[in-house]
Amino acid sequence: MLIDLTQLKPGEAGIIKELRGGFGFTKRIYNMGIREGKLIKKVSSHFWRGPQTIEIDNARIAIGFGMAGKIFIEVNG
Amino acid sequence: MKKILLMGNPNVGKSAIFSRLTGARIIVSNYPGTTVEFTQGKMKIGDERPIVIDVPGTYTFEPSSKAEEVAVKMLTEGDLVINVVNSTNLERNLYLTLELLEKNVPVVIALNMWDETKHQGINIDARKLEKELGVPVIPTCGLTGEGIKELISRLREAKPIVSGISSDTDKWKRIGEIVESVQKLTHHHHTLLQRLEDVSIQPASGLLIAATVIYGAFWVIRTLGEGLIARVFEPLFQNIWAPLMLKLGGLLGEDTFLHDVLIGKLTDGSIDFTMAFGVLTTGFFVPIGMVLPYIISFYLVLGLLEDFGYLPRLAVLVDNFMHHLGLHGFAIIPLMLGIGCNVPGALAIRILEERREKFIAATLMAVSVPCMAQIAMIIGLVGERGGQYLGIVFGTLFALFIIKGIIMNKLLKGASPEILVEIPPYRIPQFSAVLKKLWMRSAWFLKEAVPYVLLGVLFVNILYALNIIDFLSKIFSPILTGLWGLPKEAISALIIGFLRKDVAVGMLGPLNLTTKQLVIGSTVLAVYFPCIATFVVLVKELGIKDMLKSAAIMMFAALVVGTLLNIIL
Repeated sequence: MLIDLTQLKPGEAGIIKELRGGFGFTKRIYNMGIREGKLIKKVSSHFWRGPQTIEIDNARIAIGFGMAGKIFIEVNG
Repeated sequence: MKKILLMGNPNVGKSAIFSRLTGARIIVSNYPGTTVEFTQGKMKIGDERPIVIDVPGTYTFEPSSKAEEVAVKMLTEGDLVINVVNSTNLERNLYLTLELLEKNVPVVIALNMWDETKHQGINIDARKLEKELGVPVIPTCGLTGEGIKELISRLREAKPIVSGISSDTDKWKRIGEIVESVQKLTHHHHTLLQRLEDVSIQPASGLLIAATVIYGAFWVIRTLGEGLIARVFEPLFQNIWAPLMLKLGGLLGEDTFLHDVLIGKLTDGSIDFTMAFGVLTTGFFVPIGMVLPYIISFYLVLGLLEDFGYLPRLAVLVDNFMHHLGLHGFAIIPLMLGIGCNVPGALAIRILEERREKFIAATLMAVSVPCMAQIAMIIGLVGERGGQYLGIVFGTLFALFIIKGIIMNKLLKGASPEILVEIPPYRIPQFSAVLKKLWMRSAWFLKEAVPYVLLGVLFVNILYALNIIDFLSKIFSPILTGLWGLPKEAISALIIGFLRKDVAVGMLGPLNLTTKQLVIGSTVLAVYFPCIATFVVLVKELGIKDMLKSAAIMMFAALVVGTLLNIIL
């Protein structure tokens, strides 16, 4: 089942399956290492639709709530 | 080989390697976007003296911010590129490397932050990577200098490699293969620092830590600043400089024009450095005796926070709040730099992506973020009347910050962009690096500020001597006296405020103001207009049209705030 990054709970991880949104946006996050097939782990989620922090490879990235909603993930199990 | 470019992703340590190569002193911090404009220096290789350029970090050659555009433009001018790669995040960094290799320039790769790979259980075979890429690969550590000699000695081996242009998908596939073959990961336990990273980014514990850090930071800044003044700078001026100036005054003869300009007015036959307003007395006392101690303590604390890597975390925590002001969390970084001095703050506004947020950030900073020089003077002058009055001044500025942000966010077309930023790991600051940065910033303050302060004090004396102040004070008295309840002579402070805010606040001293007037005067001086140095930078960053709009907002805010305070207090 696909869920978006905002639905992932802190501490959970999954594989990125799909990036929605415009070309400029996908290009930008692509270049930061957020792309299909990568393992992504949610570190924290801030109140009131605040930024989401994630861990991917060995980097931590803070990403706005709206942007996070365009990243779709498959969680195993 | 004439021009060497240092290029790489943001926050991989390009500036640290730059200062190792050239010996030049530049600001190095632990957050992406420290270098917003290229910095250049010269290095020595045998008889050659090539120029080295520290290019702002970029993830790709298809730029998405102004700092990244700078990087792309620079590429056409370089004869050789040192591609600085963060070896703890090889995969992502190699994308830019592959892009670079397609640009047909000679490339050498510095596998930087090599020391950190060991703690993190990352094992990279640098030789194998060199074979895979076909260009020299040298493990380095910019902060300690490890590997720099080898890097220099192998620059000559760099040759452009002929390769076709490949698609994004091909590049990522190739990167996957390379990483698979050169990198091995072993399990490692989370260190204490990493656990601290975790708690400081969780919403609840993060906010608690942020509140503690901010409170602690201001406590240290104030305690250290006051301590330096009481134990070092006051005694220096009272015991050494004052007797010297009195002797000089005796030689000049009191009541002469030269005495007025150089020494100023005496108070009961002795020098009160805040009242005299001579170039050699108040002119030196303001920047060195009152402001410098706070500059030192502020930049010491800021430097520690920067190098530790705390600021991007603070940016994430305040992101939500900042959205109400039309900004995202990362805007906190230019604003915090602005507390030191608005000029570097204004330059750092470049790390923001859109015109709208740049405009909002610049206006908010110019209106509500007084620089440390001004803060120090306000603490000196207003603080003398009681701590609660400091609360009124800074509380008003903070309220103004929020109200103006909300209004601009409502009125300006568009929405606040979202945050998207890499958060670096915590690193224990190196003592020598922090001191070096503190020294550079303090020296910069002395070099940039003192001449302007002296000029400002000289200017005041001339304006008074020519009766220009009298003339202007009559014209502006309806605003000054009518709306703000200040004596009309306060116009002199407003005029000098264009030049230096610290001197301007200092000029309120000799006017014998009531506490209420002092509070209003200090607040208005902070709000009405930026100093000339900040103004020039902002015109360059925003364009003249946006800057004029911003200036109109500032003056309007000053009128309203001054009047309101006059009514309420």
